Amino acid sequence: MLEIDNLHARVGDTPILKGLTLTLRPGEVAAIMGPNGSGKSTLSYVLSGRPGYEVTEGTVRFDGQDLLAMEADERARAGVFLAFQYPVEVPGVSNKVFLKAAVNACRKARGQGELDAYEFLKLFEDKRKLVGMGKELASREVNSGFSGGEKKRNEILQMAMLDPKLAILDETDSGLDIDALKAVSEGVNALRDGERAMLVITHYQRLLDHIVPDTVHVLVDGRIARTGGRELALELEERGYDWLKAEAAA
Amino acid sequence: MSSSAETIQDFAGRRYQAGFITDIESDTVAPGLSEDVVRLISAKKGEPEWLLDWRLRAYRHWLTLTPPTWAHVHHPPIDYQDISYYSAPKQKQKLESLDEVDPELLRTYEKLGIPLLEQKMLAGVAVDAVFDSVSVATTFKKKLGEMGVIFSSFSEAVKEHGELLRKYLGTVVPYTDNYYATLNSAVFSDGSFVFVPKGVRCPMELSTYFRINEARTGQFERTLIVAEEGAYVSYLEGCTAPQRDENQLHAAVVELVALDDAEIKYSTVQNWYPGDEEGKGGIYNFVTKRGACRGDRSKISWTQVETGSAITWKYPSCILQGDDSVGEFYSVALSNHRQQADTGTKMIHLGKRTSSTIVSKGISAGHGVQTYRGLVRIAKSAEGARNYTQCDSLLLGDRCKADTVPYIEVQNATARLEHEATTSKISDDQLFYCMQRGLAAEDAVNLIVNGFCKRVFRELPMEFAVEAQKLLEVSLEGAVG
Ligand SMILES: Nc1ncnc2c1ncn2[C@@H]1O[C@H](COP(=O)(O)OP(=O)(O)OP(=O)(O)O)[C@@H](O)[C@H]1O
Ligand SMILES: [Mg+2]
Repeated sequence: MLEIDNLHARVGDTPILKGLTLTLRPGEVAAIMGPNGSGKSTLSYVLSGRPGYEVTEGTVRFDGQDLLAMEADERARAGVFLAFQYPVEVPGVSNKVFLKAAVNACRKARGQGELDAYEFLKLFEDKRKLVGMGKELASREVNSGFSGGEKKRNEILQMAMLDPKLAILDETDSGLDIDALKAVSEGVNALRDGERAMLVITHYQRLLDHIVPDTVHVLVDGRIARTGGRELALELEERGYDWLKAEAAA
Repeated sequence: MSSSAETIQDFAGRRYQAGFITDIESDTVAPGLSEDVVRLISAKKGEPEWLLDWRLRAYRHWLTLTPPTWAHVHHPPIDYQDISYYSAPKQKQKLESLDEVDPELLRTYEKLGIPLLEQKMLAGVAVDAVFDSVSVATTFKKKLGEMGVIFSSFSEAVKEHGELLRKYLGTVVPYTDNYYATLNSAVFSDGSFVFVPKGVRCPMELSTYFRINEARTGQFERTLIVAEEGAYVSYLEGCTAPQRDENQLHAAVVELVALDDAEIKYSTVQNWYPGDEEGKGGIYNFVTKRGACRGDRSKISWTQVETGSAITWKYPSCILQGDDSVGEFYSVALSNHRQQADTGTKMIHLGKRTSSTIVSKGISAGHGVQTYRGLVRIAKSAEGARNYTQCDSLLLGDRCKADTVPYIEVQNATARLEHEATTSKISDDQLFYCMQRGLAAEDAVNLIVNGFCKRVFRELPMEFAVEAQKLLEVSLEGAVG
């Protein structure tokens, strides 16, 4: 469902992704690990179409379509969701109003009927409970004045609402306390349905205790340096990245 | 009247007759402003002497004035001799069908969801004599009449309620007030008069919308609203549809008077033609709006949504004379393309425990320039006065500008004032975030702008709020991308 082939991308004059190849099946949950600055977030932005990230080589096919030819909002409506490493505040706009507009934009593009106020609120309540978010918090302005952990949880609420085909979670675990980590992981697991694919970017094994991945990829210097099963994450926890960096440099 | 004044009147009468006869054929005067023209306007309307006299005093005073230069707006000098002062009611050319109307204008109407029949009226297409709103208006008028509420055109009020009008006219905005108000006093064409008698709560929103034909009063409108003791009225100004207008200068005057325990709510959704993207054409909207809270516990509330005009120069104000009186100003002003807006309010606290609230939301896009200019004055007599001011600017893009110019004058130490101001930008990050959730760029901007204006839209009557929101969306088209 996602085929990334020899992807090269740069920000300004700096090449960051340098020939990244990766495939994701429907329903597959892949963890992406790798040292700081190796290009994990860059990959998530390139896939979601953030302006300023220039693809110089390679292709990305998503559900049979040329993903790179689409605008950011088209990609989102086609089913690509990014849970941001640093979620953005949108003051003045309530979470509900924001999500209703987003959900209906996506539904419309997917040929589903738009939700009316009643249907929307029902869905909202279901998902809010699913990700264990407080009623008061869920109705506030989008991420406005939210704590770091609250923002992350709000990302997962949005993901649950938007029902994407591909979810990219960029360090969703960072900034979460132990209980929140558990609640968010449960929320994510509940969204694993054998169809939805996920790219889970993380630095820590402990997230992968909760969200057990099918595959683990290690990204070093803009390329996938190694791919393995969940045991690779445990190995990394023990050995760090230096051996992979050395291999990559060789 | 002194004998010398009588002589002037006699002379005036003769002069005017001559002018009248020559002009009655065409029903318009050639461009230019003179005492003759002032007399002609007055005569054409069959006005009483006192009003002609008032106009003439205004005209003579105007001759001594120069246009104000303090506002942050720029335009070539206006040639006042190049304007026809008797083109009111406006000589809109009647078109035969919608096919003759500018298609871009029709597109805008469509977006606003204006019914076809109304589209025709707005665009100046001849409509059948039987028009729903007209009969609706008549029905309303009858009902209002039974309650003693007067709601009529200014000219009609001069004839039918002359003494009442005379009692209040110019008592809030005197003819000497400022350059544009003085000009208006000399040459005003028409406008509205509202009078709500003691203890009456006007049962419906009064809207010029219902008098859309009459409302074509051109550049120099004059509105006077009086709420007697304990009365209440909500007045909606202007029609919410965009109006193309060939005229350049629009200098209106609005006066509000609230007696003891009275309340006046005045809402405007202004969407005059703003000019094109290069800044060609468009209205210069130089308006003087002022309300006097004369009575104790009276309240005047201004709500405005300003999306049109090439230049807006407008400061709806409240004079809080009565003890415990309340003034409010809620404003959304948008400047896109080359639009310039210098707008704000004045809250003059005279009475004890008077309070005022100012919420101003300025949006700039394109090369738009936006200035909030506000004055809060607490006089010595205003024991225990309070003001709350919130003044926010939102910038879309890098080429627009927003300034905030608050003036505060406090002469009584018991006053409590709060001032909050923010300037924010719709950032690329916000835009990308919204788009990543599936929203098109324009929808994302509209969502953010609406959120920004929420506090003000809440003050508008329901249907008006919906239309205001749509107007903003239309006005912001092409602001991103
Ligand atoms: N806008 C930018 N301009 C210049 N360099 C950038 C820009 N954005 C990212 N980079 C650089 O690209 C490299 C990869 O950054 P990226 O954020 O993708 O790393 P990451 O793997 O997500 O790191 P982390 O684990 O710290 O989140 C870094 O060296 C970073 O400094
Ligand atoms: Mg990162």
